[in-house]
Amino acid sequence: MKHTISVLVENEFGVLTRVAGLFSGRGFNIESLSVAPTLDPSVSRMTIVTCGDDGILEQITKQLNKLIDTIKVTDFTGQDYVEREMALVKVTAEEDTRAEVLRIVDIFRAKVVDVTPRSYTLEITGAPTKLNAVIDLLRPMGIKELVRSGPVVMGRGL
Amino acid sequence: MKKTGSQILLECLLREGVDTVFGYPGGTVINIYHDLADYPIRHILTRHEQAAVHAADGYARTTGRVGVAIATSGPGATNTVTGIATAYMDSIPLVVITGQVPTPLIGNDAFQEVDIVGITRSITKHNYLVQDIKDLARIIKQAFYIARTGRPGPVLIDFPKDIQIQSTWFEYPDKVEMRGYKPTYSGNLRQVEKAANLIMAARKPVIYVGGGASGADASEELLAFAEMTRIPVTTTLLGMAVFPQRHTQSLGMLGMHGTYYANMAVTHSDLLIAVGARFDDRVTGKIASFAPHAKIIHIDIDPTSIKKNVRVDLPIVGDLKDVLKKLADALDRRSDELPALIHAMGPWREEIAAWKRGYPMVYQSSDSVIKPQYVIEQLSELCSEDAIITTEVGQHQMWTAQFFAFSRPRTFLTSGGLGTMGYGLPAALGAQVAFPERQVIDISGDGSFQMNSQELATLVQYGLPVKIVILNNQYLGMVRQWQELFFDRRYSQTPLELPIDFVKLAEAYGATGFSVSRPDQVREVICKAFETPGPVIMEFKVDREENVMPMVPAGAAINEMVLAS
Ligand SMILES: Cc1ncc(C[n+]2csc(CCOP(=O)(O)OP(=O)(O)O)c2C)c(N)n1
Ligand SMILES: [Mg+2]
Repeated sequence: MKHTISVLVENEFGVLTRVAGLFSGRGFNIESLSVAPTLDPSVSRMTIVTCGDDGILEQITKQLNKLIDTIKVTDFTGQDYVEREMALVKVTAEEDTRAEVLRIVDIFRAKVVDVTPRSYTLEITGAPTKLNAVIDLLRPMGIKELVRSGPVVMGRGL
Repeated sequence: MKKTGSQILLECLLREGVDTVFGYPGGTVINIYHDLADYPIRHILTRHEQAAVHAADGYARTTGRVGVAIATSGPGATNTVTGIATAYMDSIPLVVITGQVPTPLIGNDAFQEVDIVGITRSITKHNYLVQDIKDLARIIKQAFYIARTGRPGPVLIDFPKDIQIQSTWFEYPDKVEMRGYKPTYSGNLRQVEKAANLIMAARKPVIYVGGGASGADASEELLAFAEMTRIPVTTTLLGMAVFPQRHTQSLGMLGMHGTYYANMAVTHSDLLIAVGARFDDRVTGKIASFAPHAKIIHIDIDPTSIKKNVRVDLPIVGDLKDVLKKLADALDRRSDELPALIHAMGPWREEIAAWKRGYPMVYQSSDSVIKPQYVIEQLSELCSEDAIITTEVGQHQMWTAQFFAFSRPRTFLTSGGLGTMGYGLPAALGAQVAFPERQVIDISGDGSFQMNSQELATLVQYGLPVKIVILNNQYLGMVRQWQELFFDRRYSQTPLELPIDFVKLAEAYGATGFSVSRPDQVREVICKAFETPGPVIMEFKVDREENVMPMVPAGAAINEMVLAS
């Protein structure tokens, strides 16, 4: 099962390698990983999407906690949270498909951030499932390039 | 006062109570070595950086203090790797300091540059690269704190040469503050109560003790807990000296080369109380058949050890001393029910006694050839009560575990987790430095001895009277045993037939050597060696193809033991 884990770590040199090394060294899987400083610049937040059964997830959480630089680990699975990911998509947009691409942009509240005579570059934000849906719709028109940020999450409420 | 980086390092060592370090100089630590002479810190110059780390490890295992080793950058640093990994696998507190090329050169493939922080990331509890002299004192303070608290382990500090030369105002922080590191010491009382209830309901309980109990110095608490319930006790290799092996409740070691009765008791138990043990595969054999009928209570300081390999019914995270004490208190509150419990466990004690009678730990004795087990038995009898025993890795190590009657904590030093050949001699060196007056004996094989035999020079130089026992079977015996049993007796690359004159080797270093090949000479030569001042090698030419038995074949359940070959 898929889990989204948020890890607060010391914003120090080498921390990313420690976390990545822990996953690779113990054979845990990383589906996506994003890192950036928090409001407190001495702390970074990593958002990791991983998968595994309950036993594996328990080990992942414990092992992350064991790292000296880890301040807090939260597994959002089963909790109420907002999840957002961004994708940049460069899609072929010739005479016959330009209008269709723009319709999709409109429906999904995406943005066109770059235009050439033969392509559009789109910025799409939303839950990963929404991104998947848009990408599926664009695929028949010819996606030249796709960059996804990996999701970030935040618990709902206070 | 302003001090240089290298002076700050030495000041910090003093503040941490370090009186001895083990190491080897080189270009990127030359400033530290220069300043070392100004400080009341004893430096032991080993003949290899691996040995320096093992020696610091031996020092730590016997004293319970943090062992310290120093090496230069590049090859000096990479030579420490096996020592660090050995300590990491057995949870031994070390601080290893490596020199590094000057910070502007880092990343340039400079002369003798290696990324030792990267290399040791997965074999240290934590590691540091000093990037600013202002962080130095804090880093050293944290390194010692991390090494010795929680589940102990090695910490490496990579210390660039330019920072050793810079200077700054020195102030040693009196507190460690790390928001990400707060080990749990106090065992949860509700969990302890539940454990007491499980114990009161058990009819076939077994206590399974690992190296954690040694690190936590919990042997008294363990003994008290075991005696009040009369529950039998089995230990891992690293737990052997924690519980007196001659105690009536002792089952000896469990697992691959454990006793028949320990493995049978665990397999038939209805409650397994794991104390500072981690269910290593050499202990459990086939996991699915390990303690199949037992509820499992797992007490450990490290939450990641719990439920890593086996299901656990009741986890208790905490310091073993604390938890065992609380457990004894909880049982004390049920003291009027204890006699009934002990009575109800009578049939279980009977069952175990029958296994002990039926399948004791024995070997085929001989009048014509020296049996290695006989040497261990004689050593166990003849050495003093507080002798410190180290081993290398192989058959001799297992025979030591099987036939030496350990009775005091921190007297048995062996590489359990990593299984490092070459560990025993430098570890003995470190132990002897810590306890110059005690007997220190390295029980070795002919193969392992040659992995760090250069340390004879260190022993002689510092007058460290380590006694070295070589059980010479002219084989990499443990591997040969596997080849005999599982690989059609094809002894590929395991005979060590070049006859080495270990007596001459000892003498070449200025030590003493004895060599014997008849059983009737064994006691005599041990006594003679014990009386000889300085380091001594005792070579015993033993029965070459003796096997370590009983044995659980790899992948089998621990009750499926092969008793004799
Ligand atoms: C550094 C290292 N290399 C290889 C091994 C694999 N190994 C385990 S036991 C053993 C044989 C040890 O031979 P010896 O020291 O003579 O001991 P014996 O088994 O003969 O008592 C070997 C090669 C190891 N444990 N450590
Ligand atoms: Mg041998």
